[in-house]
Parts: sequence; structure tokens; C-alpha cells
Amino acid sequence: MTTAFPAPTLPVSLAANPKLSSWVKFIGECRVVVSPGKVEIGQGIVTALAQIAADELDVDIGRIEMIRASTAASPNEGVTSGSLSVQQSGRALRQVCAEVRQRFLTAASERLGVDASLLEIQDGTISGPGNVRTSYWELAGDVSLDHDANAGATAKIAAKRAVAGHSVQRVDIPDKVFAGRRFIHDCALPGLLHGRVLRPDISGARLIALDETAARAVPGLVTIIRDGNFSGVITDSEAAAEAALKALRKGATWTAGEPLPDEDDLAGFLKSQPVETDVIDTRTNATTRRHARTLRRQYTRPYIAHASIAPSCAMAQWNGDRVHVWTHSQGVYLLRADLAIVLKLPAENIVLEHMEGAGCYGHNAADDVALDAVLLAKAAGGRPVRVQWSRHDEMAHAPFGAAMVIEIEADLDADNEIIGWRHAIWSNGHAARPGRAAQPALLAATEIANPYPRMISTNPPAANGGGGDRNSVPLYDLPAWTVTSHRLLTMPVRTSALRTLGAQGNVFAIESLLDEIAALRGEDSIAFRLRHLRDERAKDVIRAAARRAQWKPPKQPGIGHGVGLARYKNTGAYCAAIAEIEGTDDIRVKRLTLAVDVGEAINPDGVINQIEGGAIQATSWVLKERVRFDRTRIISTSWTDYPILTFSEVPAVDVEVIQRPEIEPVGAGEAAHGPVTAAIANAVYDCLGVRVRDLPITREKIIAAMEPAS
Amino acid sequence: MPTIQFQLNGTAAAVDTDPDQPLLDVLRSRLGVTSPHFGCGAGECGACHVMVGDRAMASCEIPMWSVADKDVVTVEGLGTAEQPHPLQRAFIAEQAMQCGYCVSGILISSAALLKRNPSPTEAEVKAALDRNLCRCGSHNRMVRAVLRAASEMAAS
Repeated sequence: MTTAFPAPTLPVSLAANPKLSSWVKFIGECRVVVSPGKVEIGQGIVTALAQIAADELDVDIGRIEMIRASTAASPNEGVTSGSLSVQQSGRALRQVCAEVRQRFLTAASERLGVDASLLEIQDGTISGPGNVRTSYWELAGDVSLDHDANAGATAKIAAKRAVAGHSVQRVDIPDKVFAGRRFIHDCALPGLLHGRVLRPDISGARLIALDETAARAVPGLVTIIRDGNFSGVITDSEAAAEAALKALRKGATWTAGEPLPDEDDLAGFLKSQPVETDVIDTRTNATTRRHARTLRRQYTRPYIAHASIAPSCAMAQWNGDRVHVWTHSQGVYLLRADLAIVLKLPAENIVLEHMEGAGCYGHNAADDVALDAVLLAKAAGGRPVRVQWSRHDEMAHAPFGAAMVIEIEADLDADNEIIGWRHAIWSNGHAARPGRAAQPALLAATEIANPYPRMISTNPPAANGGGGDRNSVPLYDLPAWTVTSHRLLTMPVRTSALRTLGAQGNVFAIESLLDEIAALRGEDSIAFRLRHLRDERAKDVIRAAARRAQWKPPKQPGIGHGVGLARYKNTGAYCAAIAEIEGTDDIRVKRLTLAVDVGEAINPDGVINQIEGGAIQATSWVLKERVRFDRTRIISTSWTDYPILTFSEVPAVDVEVIQRPEIEPVGAGEAAHGPVTAAIANAVYDCLGVRVRDLPITREKIIAAMEPAS
Repeated sequence: MPTIQFQLNGTAAAVDTDPDQPLLDVLRSRLGVTSPHFGCGAGECGACHVMVGDRAMASCEIPMWSVADKDVVTVEGLGTAEQPHPLQRAFIAEQAMQCGYCVSGILISSAALLKRNPSPTEAEVKAALDRNLCRCGSHNRMVRAVLRAASEMAAS
């Protein structure tokens, strides 16, 4: 916990971790070590941070070595989430490097006898008039960085930056094309054992009896662990672990578990549960316009799986009462806090080291598997144990993005102008991450003999962008609104943070209804939006996307165009999307055209990559994705049962980045999902004349939406 | 256990193994070849693709007996940083990934395609990669990279 802030002007991550040496060090052979608290999850953050450091220190980016986050040494930057890494880590690092640079310039000035203002730095060499020179590395012994940042130096102005703002190649990619062992899955520690955990198919089932006889006969078995409902095997090879787990499963007897909702009536389920209700925002303006009618529309989205390509994996090794954990968690310190609760150990006995996993789109099973490994490794006699989940468990037991029902009532006057707007959300909370509560959020903690209750997911506060309510307050200048969020107090299906939290659902709902109202008025949907926007940056992205997509192309049979717009969290990146689809009763998204404004784009190609990826992932969510379950178990546990977009189905994606070097950067990873979702739904209407308000937009949903109209 | 012999990345390999053991297990745990990744264990995601002859196959599903005396190629055998395969060069040039966990399998599927069809169309590249899943949404960059590699190989 941060108790005192050294200076009010420090960036938040730096205020919490003010010591300069915890961020930057100069080491032998002219290298610079940069140690951020944020982690690489395939989003390219490590490269963007290296760019910032290279710029501010004036060293070649090739000299910079980026250190993976570890609780042993790294600044504590909480969790790598919410599109905040450039914002938090980037600002902190920029300030750190500005202060480090100044300290070295002062030292160089003393050594060289030249006024600091006359010195310049080129690739780490500090030189001045009369051909005098020294370097960061020559001075490193004299300049202590064991000082707290004091906001006493100013970072370079935008025009002086040579690296940030330009596309550079990502530092992690060569390893990934040349079979370098960058992933935790590829790391082989000496003496490594393999563990697997037995989990029930039936949701919420408890282990009544466990016959271990068959598992004990599996060659290579080291031991079987049972602690309440938690059980697993340790073996000397991965193949043996799979065999032993299979044998153990046959010996397990489970209770009947706890019922799941009706997957075909998610709205009925969500609206019938006990809830905590918050009024998120209200606005009232006097209007002289008279109410003529109210449009009342309901939008739903299903539970969505992270479905990372790799199953979650972790390694743990005990030494007495200390444990070392290798993890692809998004927050090593937060996970450590939860492990300390479960293990009843002081946090300093636990060291977590980050290693890369597959792309993760929020709170998947990365943290759960770390506790699994720690619990199994207790019985491994000091040898390291690696646990990897199965595809089935990854799709069944990891938290899902929460299902949502959103109801909007729009009051219209006789000209179909909006005079009132009521937006209500029913959803489970969108966050149950580790390290933020007095109880752990980890799956195995609910299974051990003295279990912790399953944490019911909550919503981050509005100041952090909210959860179920994220992006529910209209970006548009409507005369009046009330936004209400109902968070479920029961959680039969486990939910936590998935990319955008509630923003995808809310933007889908708002942008769909605006489109419907524009159509009622016979007004072009982009003109209608522009007329209701006061924010010039929002207008610029929508205009840029419109220009790029040559809005609006002439109507052709079987082709539709639609638009969607949002500013992520209403404080982050602006993104407008235009979808071109082809459809009869099946839909194919042909092209997505997007414009994005993240302020200063540190690595423009990295921003484009994130926007492209977000747009394609959102297309997959919209057209295909829905967690399937019957009343007892999750049944979408394979790629056949949980299909995602394939290469042949992927649309062309065209992205324009509006570069604003003078504006503080924000993240791009979640900006596209809401706008793309809405753009596709609106294009479906343009193409087929039906409004599908229930995601995913499948052939069945289109037919269902056609029926009431006919 | 019988000894199964095969060519791995151009070098003779011999492993004493249960003939039904999946190739992926043997590559990763016995031979230290870690570029083929476990993704699903059911041949549905392509993360474990290796090239057998001129075909990309899911090594999680093919038993050891089936590769006896065959040529098996993984990313370790495609090229190195010093002498990259045109596909590896192209994937860097196009920055064709986000997390990269699926990339080994996609490089292999692409290499197998280019062996059979040195100048594929965009639609042919996509069709060849349809058994490979990418969750991060880097598909279009990967398709561009394969086309770039193909034209580079054609020019040389």
C-alpha cells in the first residue's frame, strides 16, 4: 500500500515506486537495464517502454535490456490491464529517465568542467565543447540512482523525441520466430516434475470419495495430493501426469453440484437475481421539446471465454517455508498477496517471477494455475513442479467475461429527436482479480479442506472506468439521461475481467439504438452522430473513418455498412469503426475500417497491431462466440464447441492512427471491441433490415429477429 | 520399448518410445524441441504443427510409429537468426503476431504450403492456415508475411 506520495506531480506508478534505481540501471558493456512492473502479454508493451527509455536517455534502443517483472526486484505496478500500461508505466519511466539523465548531466558537468547546458548525449556518450566526453557507463560508479524521484526534471518535448512516436520492431518477436524459449511453457528447470489437478465436470461439485488405486499404478507417479476437494498428481513426466490424472478421475465420486442458469434465457436469469444497484450518472437539462414516444430496447451478450491459445501454466519450487513461483499472471504482486493468504505465509517468503504466456485478454486461469503449482509442489520434496491446465479446464474453469442484459429507453419528440435516455444494465461483476480483497480469488482456494468462499465478482469504481457500467454514459450530448447498473449478488457462472469489461455490451447497445433512431429520422447515421458530439477528437475519428471507408458507399444488394464509435472508458482511446458486411441469412464481415486516437502513439505500428487484433477478436465475439452450458456443466470445452474466427473468415482491417504527440498516451488494446461490435450489428441492419440485439449475431439470431418483424 | 528412427530437422533421430506416444510429447520432453506448442491436444488449434514430408500435421495427434523413417521439420529446422528462412524474415518484417504462441505452427503450415505451392494466392494462404487458430487477431499480418516470403522466394 502506498502511504505517502513524495510529490503530487509524480506519475502514479512512480509515486508508488519512487526509487530511480528500481527502474533503470547502467551496467557493463554499455547496456541499460530497464525494469518496469508491467508485463508482456503479446501487446508489445515492453517495446513501447524501451522506446520511451531510449528517447529520454538518448541511447540506442538496442542497448536496452528489458527485465521481466518479479516481486524480488521490480516496481510494483499492480496489474497489467485496462489499457493502462503506456499511461502508467510509460509516464513513470519517462519521468525516471528524465531525472536520471539530469543526474548524469550534472555529474558529467563536474567531471568535464563544462556547464551542463552545453553538454549533449548521443547513444549514451556525453560530450561538450572542446571535444570533452564521458558516458553513462563511465559515470555509473559516481552517480547513485538510489534516490527517490522528485519531479525535478522535465521530460523532452514531443518534437525532440526521436524514437517514441515512430514504429520500431518489437523486441520479443525474433525469439518467437526462431524458436527461442520465451514462453513459460518452454522453460525446463533441472529436476522438473509435472503436476495435474483433478477438477469436476459438474459445476460446483464437491469430491465425496477418491479411489487412488489405479492412479498409484501409473509408472512415473511421484505422489497424489488430496486436500479437501482439491486433488492432483505429481509425476516425473508430462505423459505420466496425463495418465495418472485420467486414472484418478475414474476413481473420483462427486456431489451433484450447483445448477447453472438456462443458457437460452440469459436475460431472464440476469434480471431475476438479487442485485446491488448503483445509479452511475444522471443528467437533466430543461428542454422545451415535447415527448411523443419512447423506444424501449433490450440488448444481450453471452458469457465469453478468454480462450487463450495456450492452456495456463505455472511452475513452483519450495525451499523450506519459502516458495518461488514462475507465472504468466498479469500482476505478480497481486497474485503474491493472494498466495500469502492461502499459504498463511508472509509475502516476503514468496517470490513470483513473470514469464510470458500466450496472449491473455484479461483475468484467465493464469493466477489459478499458479496456486495449483504451489499446492502440488509442497509435496515434491523441494523439486520444481510444473502444472499445465488442459484445454477442457481452460474453457470450463477459467473465469469468463460476464453475460449482460442492457435495456435502453429513449424518449423521442415528434421529430424523433432524443429528449430522454435511460440505460440499465444487469450483469455479474466484471472483476474478481487476485490481490484486492481480504479473501483470495484463486480457484484452488475454494477447493482446499479449509476453503475460502468463491469471490463474487464486483465492478471497479467509476473513477477507474467502471465494470458492467464501463462506457454506459453516452459520449453524446443528449439533453437528459439516467444510467443504472445492477450487479448480481449470485454467481453460478464464474466471471471476471475480460477485455473491455462491460464496454463491449454498452457500446453495442448505445450505438445500435442511435443507429435505429437515425434511421427513423431518415438521417445519415454519421451525420446524426456528429450532430450530437461536442468532443472534437471524437468527431475527428469518426470523420477519418468515414473518409477512409468512402462513407457512405452506394447501396448494393447483399452488402451492408454500419458505424460504431466510442471513447474507451470515456477517458481513453477514441475509436470509430465502419463495417462492410456481406449477408443473406449468414453474415460475412468483409472489411473493417477504423480510425483511432490514443494521443501520442509511442509505437504507431504497435497501435495498429492492437487495433487490428481487437477488431478481429471483436468480430469473432460478435459472429461466433458464446459459452455453452447445460444445467449442470459448461459444455463449450473444445475448439469445436467454442469456435473462433478462422483465417478464411477474417475481414480485411484498415486502420488510421491520428497521431497527437502533444497529448499524453493511452492504451489501444480495448478501444476497438465496442465500436466494431456496433458497426457489424448496424451493417446487418443496413444489409438485411433486421436489428439483432442478442449477441452473437448468428444465422439463428437473424432468423429469430426477423420473425417478430414479419 | 521399440526404437523409432526418423529425420528431425535434417538430422537422424532415434527414440526408444511407446509407438503410440504422440510426436509432440517426444519432441518437447525427450528431444528438447520446444517450438511446437501444446494448445489443445486434439488437433484443433494448429499450435503443435510440424512438417512431415511436405504436409503440416498436428504433432499432438500423430503417434510416433507414423513418423518412422519420415522427415520431420520444426521451426528449429527452418532457419536461424543468422540464416533465416524467408518466412521468418517476413514474419519479422510484417511484425506478424501479438503473443506469438501460435506462430510456430503457422510458420510450419506456411512452409508446407510454399513447398507444395510456391506462389499461392491470398485465398490459398488463408485456406492453408484454416487449421491454425490465432486468438490475438494477427491473421492479416501473417497472410501478408506468407505472401511476402513467397514473392521473395520466387525472386531468388
